[in-house]
Amino acid sequence: MRVLLFGRLGDLAGWREKSFEPAPASLSALKALIAGLDAALGEALSGPGVQAAVNHAIVRGDMALPAGAEVAFLPPMSGG
Amino acid sequence: MLRLTTEGFDPGAELSAFCAGRTESGAVASFVGIARGDGGAATALELEAYPGFTEVEIGRMVEAATARFSLHDALVIHRHGAIAPGEPIVMVATASAHRREAFEACDYLMDYLKSRAPFWKKEHGPAGARWVEPTARDLDDIARWD
Repeated sequence: MRVLLFGRLGDLAGWREKSFEPAPASLSALKALIAGLDAALGEALSGPGVQAAVNHAIVRGDMALPAGAEVAFLPPMSGG
Repeated sequence: MLRLTTEGFDPGAELSAFCAGRTESGAVASFVGIARGDGGAATALELEAYPGFTEVEIGRMVEAATARFSLHDALVIHRHGAIAPGEPIVMVATASAHRREAFEACDYLMDYLKSRAPFWKKEHGPAGARWVEPTARDLDDIARWD
């Protein structure tokens, strides 16, 4: 599976895209795995306004991750 | 129509093309957002998009605006990548039978783009770089439409 970080999350982690194999079974397991590797990033992923998208769909709460999922963590958005 | 681009664009030419051939739309409203220099405090903007996701999300909002304001057509052009002060970042144009719907839809789409469209904006300047998140004003602006 692939994890993408956007905006300040990518700067904080020092990476913007990473593969995780074997893939964690759920979004919450993925977050726990990341928090174990990088506590500051783990905290930021659960911070205010950070949303998760699985295969381009915003997810609220937890969900099982399908095989080969693309998970993106999205801090507050701002265009224009 | 929606276009994400890393290239600059000519808002005048885009607006002319958008207006061309309309015989039933009595009104076209447009907005162009330009990167501010803030008196030298901002030397460049860097906009990050999520390719494949950003287009779909904005497309949905354009569809919603089209239905809500009975638009005949809408155009959104949004830059990503590096943008210098003075360069256009975003352009919205809306066409409708009468002016009120065109004005309101343009305002609505810009409020959405400022605080809910999937972009992340970094401002570079002599004092370093910072990520820009929606301001309280941006959030109040979009809340007007909920």
